[in-house]
Amino acid sequence: MFQNIGEMVLLFWRTLLALPLTWRQRRKVLDQFFEIGNASLLTVCILSFFTGGVIALQTGPLLVERGLGSYVGGVVGYSIAKELAPMMMAILIAGRIGSAMAAEIGSMRIYQEIDALRTMNISPIHYLVLPRLVAIALALPLLVTIAILGGWLGGLVVCAANDHIAVSSAAFFSALRSAVDVQDVANGVFKSFMFALIIGVVSCHQGLTTRGGPRGIGRSVTKAVVNSIIIIVIFDYLLTRILMT
Amino acid sequence: MNGSSSHQNGVGIQVRGLRKSFDGQEVLRGLDFDVHPGEIFVIMGPSGSGKTVLLKHLIGLEDPDAGEILIEGQPIQSPEVMSKYRMAMVFQSGALLSSLSVGENVGLYLDEHRLHPPAEIARIVAEKLDVVGLKGTEDKMPSELSGGMKKRVAIARALIIEPQLILYDEPTSELDPLSAVVIAREILHLKDRIHVTSLVVSHDRDLAFGVADRIAVINQGRILTIGTPEEVRRHPDPLVQEFLNADFKRPPSPLELKSEPV
Repeated sequence: MFQNIGEMVLLFWRTLLALPLTWRQRRKVLDQFFEIGNASLLTVCILSFFTGGVIALQTGPLLVERGLGSYVGGVVGYSIAKELAPMMMAILIAGRIGSAMAAEIGSMRIYQEIDALRTMNISPIHYLVLPRLVAIALALPLLVTIAILGGWLGGLVVCAANDHIAVSSAAFFSALRSAVDVQDVANGVFKSFMFALIIGVVSCHQGLTTRGGPRGIGRSVTKAVVNSIIIIVIFDYLLTRILMT
Repeated sequence: MNGSSSHQNGVGIQVRGLRKSFDGQEVLRGLDFDVHPGEIFVIMGPSGSGKTVLLKHLIGLEDPDAGEILIEGQPIQSPEVMSKYRMAMVFQSGALLSSLSVGENVGLYLDEHRLHPPAEIARIVAEKLDVVGLKGTEDKMPSELSGGMKKRVAIARALIIEPQLILYDEPTSELDPLSAVVIAREILHLKDRIHVTSLVVSHDRDLAFGVADRIAVINQGRILTIGTPEEVRRHPDPLVQEFLNADFKRPPSPLELKSEPV
């Protein structure tokens, strides 16, 4: 993985240079954007709702027991917004969309479709990488925003419905609002934007460097997902550290 | 590679000392040859002889380890060549983009380079598909086409560029004899109609001797001979003769041997 980081940085740089061409590729960006949304929206809602619920269920009784029931909303809201939603959604999207990107571009490489593009003087970076990177960079932050709201809702429902917690919706929201400010949500969304770039670049790079037939496509898909997750986890720590200062 | 140009005729190619290795294995071992403007030049040779690698060098998909390829006297890597001359390649598999329809595949070059409005592109696409005998197939997906149809769509996609140089990689492989004849006729027709330089890589002897102005026989990355079909046919090199005359005849069964009159 690490020997390819230079190539990935170069791919990212070339895609950045191609950004002015995004408007020309807007149809493909929209196609990719809706594909990401369609493939993931329902999963994001279910996952985030139940994650929020579980956090409330795990922390709620402990806090209530110690007379800190009014903090449950803050704990759920803070952990979902700053860490759980961005990280979980990034892993979900790496698995669902990153793998699809690597497989599609990888099979195009194996079956000489990318060579065909090059003979027509069509850059694979402009035609394949740019729309995918722009789409995922727009879609993941949006999905994470939805996931944050879904997680909060899940926490709220569990707090209100569970007899061991029994924190009212008003108390939950009051605690959430006092613990979480816009900056915290923005930090989470910003992290997800960075994770989206990582997934896009790693997956497209794996696709473009696929070799060796159908087995090679399988290898690229696995590498795209695993490498994306490893780099995301490392970046998560670094970004959290930077955003804390 | 395919910018607008006022050139109407095919381009000439000069290959000088071309060498290429992959993982220490030398695939091209110093090739030297010229392809004249407007001619059909066929490169023949057994599988693994370096034909496709050579073709990829000739359209700039591979960079040589040594030597050079000149298009009308200018190195192929030069940006000027890329913008000045129109070149196209018909891949062995067709290499149609599987996510696009036939019409979108054929019109891709014009659409991506914004050379015409969509209605005009649709008209040109229909015209090119008509040329290769696939009128009305615009909305089909590549997965719905036979091998021969895919190759013809790939030719239509190459034609839309109005190329001065067209490279064919095994254009008749995997095709039935009738489809192979259609492709061979199309190669000849294009030479007559737009005077394109055609470079055909094939081990189909019928196609090679049917369409070629000149033939090069290549083996293990070296050229064994270059000449007109007649010159190549008469060439004394045993490897050339073996390749050209290789034939399989079913050995007679013991029953057939017995019934033969003594």
